[in-house]
Amino acid sequence: MSLLIKNGRLIDPSQKIDDTLDILVENGLIKQIGKSLQVPADVRSIDASGMLVVPGLIDIHVHLRDPGLEYKEDIVSGTKAAVSGGFTSVCCMPNTKPVIDNKAIVSYIINKAKNEGFCNVFPVGSITYGLSGERMSEMGELKESGCVAVSDDGKPVNNPELMRRALEYARGIGIMVISHAEDLELVGGGVMNEGYTSTELGLKGIPRVAEDIATSREIMLAEYTNSPIHIAHVSTRGAVRIIREAKARGVQVTCETAPHYFTLTDDAVRGYNTNAKMNPPLREAEDMAAIKEGLRDGTIDCIATDHAPHHIDEKDVEFNEAMNGIIGLGTSLPLSLQLVRDGILTINQLVEKMSCNPSKILNLNRGTLSPGSIADITIIDPDRQWEINEGSVASKSKNSPFLGWTVTGWASCTIVDGNIMYQVTGN
Amino acid sequence: MAEFKHKHIIALRDLSKEDIEMLISTAESMREVNSRDIKKVPTLRGKTIINLFYESSTRTRTSFEIAGKRLSADTVNIAPSNSSATKGETLADTALNLLAMKPDIIVMRHAVSGSHYFLAEKVNCSIINAGDGAHEHPSQGLLDMLTMKDRFGRLDGLKVAIVGDITHSRVARSNIQGLTKLGSSIYLAGPPTMMPPGVEKLGNVTVCANMKEAIQDADVVMMLRIQQERQGKTLMPNTREYSRYFGLNPDNIKLAKPNAMVMHPGPINRGVEMSSQVVDGDQSWILKQVENGVAVRMSMLYHVCGGELE
Repeated sequence: MSLLIKNGRLIDPSQKIDDTLDILVENGLIKQIGKSLQVPADVRSIDASGMLVVPGLIDIHVHLRDPGLEYKEDIVSGTKAAVSGGFTSVCCMPNTKPVIDNKAIVSYIINKAKNEGFCNVFPVGSITYGLSGERMSEMGELKESGCVAVSDDGKPVNNPELMRRALEYARGIGIMVISHAEDLELVGGGVMNEGYTSTELGLKGIPRVAEDIATSREIMLAEYTNSPIHIAHVSTRGAVRIIREAKARGVQVTCETAPHYFTLTDDAVRGYNTNAKMNPPLREAEDMAAIKEGLRDGTIDCIATDHAPHHIDEKDVEFNEAMNGIIGLGTSLPLSLQLVRDGILTINQLVEKMSCNPSKILNLNRGTLSPGSIADITIIDPDRQWEINEGSVASKSKNSPFLGWTVTGWASCTIVDGNIMYQVTGN
Repeated sequence: MAEFKHKHIIALRDLSKEDIEMLISTAESMREVNSRDIKKVPTLRGKTIINLFYESSTRTRTSFEIAGKRLSADTVNIAPSNSSATKGETLADTALNLLAMKPDIIVMRHAVSGSHYFLAEKVNCSIINAGDGAHEHPSQGLLDMLTMKDRFGRLDGLKVAIVGDITHSRVARSNIQGLTKLGSSIYLAGPPTMMPPGVEKLGNVTVCANMKEAIQDADVVMMLRIQQERQGKTLMPNTREYSRYFGLNPDNIKLAKPNAMVMHPGPINRGVEMSSQVVDGDQSWILKQVENGVAVRMSMLYHVCGGELE
């Protein structure tokens, strides 16, 4: 089966290509790219005039809630949300029930995704058994059964000795450790960023230094053990600075941020809006500026959504009682394209941060349109205006602070392994 | 006289200067009722008020209950044994069930800041905030201001010192919001561990380096309750040392103006934030605050019902 995508602006930073080119897909692989490709008349073609054609977007930080928490999301609904947001691959975090800490769960996820899912799903196993923070999980078996990284996401590995050993052990296995960098003692039961807004609202604050200290610790451990580490969802000016300095002296550290950290500040919590409650919390204007600068200067390698679906009953409660997290797969692309419109990133840099770099960091063998590679392709209509609402965001859950926003840009077609898994129909 | 347009009273931050003046002025007239031999007027006859207290309270709940009864409303007290840890029914469900019984006003105290805004979206009766987390305690702020007005005849141009744990104090926030709107200045003192970031932006607020600076030439010295349980192990060494630097005693009270008044929202820890000599001394207006509490709450109940005085 073949597919021709023609007349689009093809952007592939992995080959340093940014040109109007056609692309031919055959048997799930990129067959050829070139000007005005000639193909047999029976080959299906997509006219991508006015569109961007990029390597399939990759979100290395999502919560699919499957197994165990399917009332929030499952592998089918989550991957459907992914392809409708332009993502061809997602990495799912291990805080499922049961936790992704053994081969059986990894196999369940991979098989269900293969049989019923809409995009590639790469599981992330836990660093410690049951996310208990007490004993390393069997990282070797996790990797062999298909995990691309390990993380105790949702909480840090509090014990620094255990984290040190986990980094060393993971280096031996050849699997990336993703850290949720937060000092829980400093968090101390806070429910939003500590600052003027928390003072006015009378809500217990989470100080930025809780993230800064934990980020420093992870970097020092990675440096001491000569091991790579990936820092999840960076939200503070301090963490950006610490990571920038570490990179400058050669520490093997990479990191991600999420669209909400460069789009919103803790002002969004006003009115006790539980859809603006997440962990780490929305910070202040200076932090947002530092996140953007970190994206611009390359300190922040990639954009990941931390897609965290929650049921309405878990959000429609008093602020302190509400669960942390927001959905992000459906809204990441337009919010990230805003960085290009604001002149913070070039479109090429954005594609790097949403496809090439995520693939590189976790060795996903994607993020490129070079001939012979897997045909994961996203076609983007960069000028399309649309409203984010409960109907337009495909996820079982609707916990988003962006409901009601009019945004620009969406995925008009998402191709996974050469198959069209999502396509906007009509106008 | 202008009209009170608010259906709910959740925070003094949401009220205008005129709203606050109206609430205080009505409270002043309500005091006449409280001085009668038969302390009851029919103003809210046939109205049902539910006092829903998720946190324990003696003073505030009793005060609201008496206020309702003196206005001839039917008052019911509910104290769900409900902590966030062992929760049964959700706040929304409790509210909807109560609403089915058609109350006119729900007076609620809740440990979570902002709960009243959440509740107000769910119900169609009036909501009065009897304290939410560290956010606001509007009836306390209003009764404090009424008491200051009793003492000075005005609420503008006063220097009001508030000393203690500002971070966790809803009383401080309501006083800061109200007094700023009425033209007074607030001077805060407390250990930096108890001073929330950006508090000086909340109103006409000066954060002082120490207690002496705050109470120097003050018209009002308001002391906040310090609890070893709440301030925990990390905000201060112990109450003994706290008292040494932030306790009000017969010596440091002399720094305030000679006619300064001393206030406390209660309950008092004698010997911690205030010495007994000051609590029981000539400058103490603490019991007057309690007395004014009933009149202020009558005024609040009356205004959210949109009723008219006969």
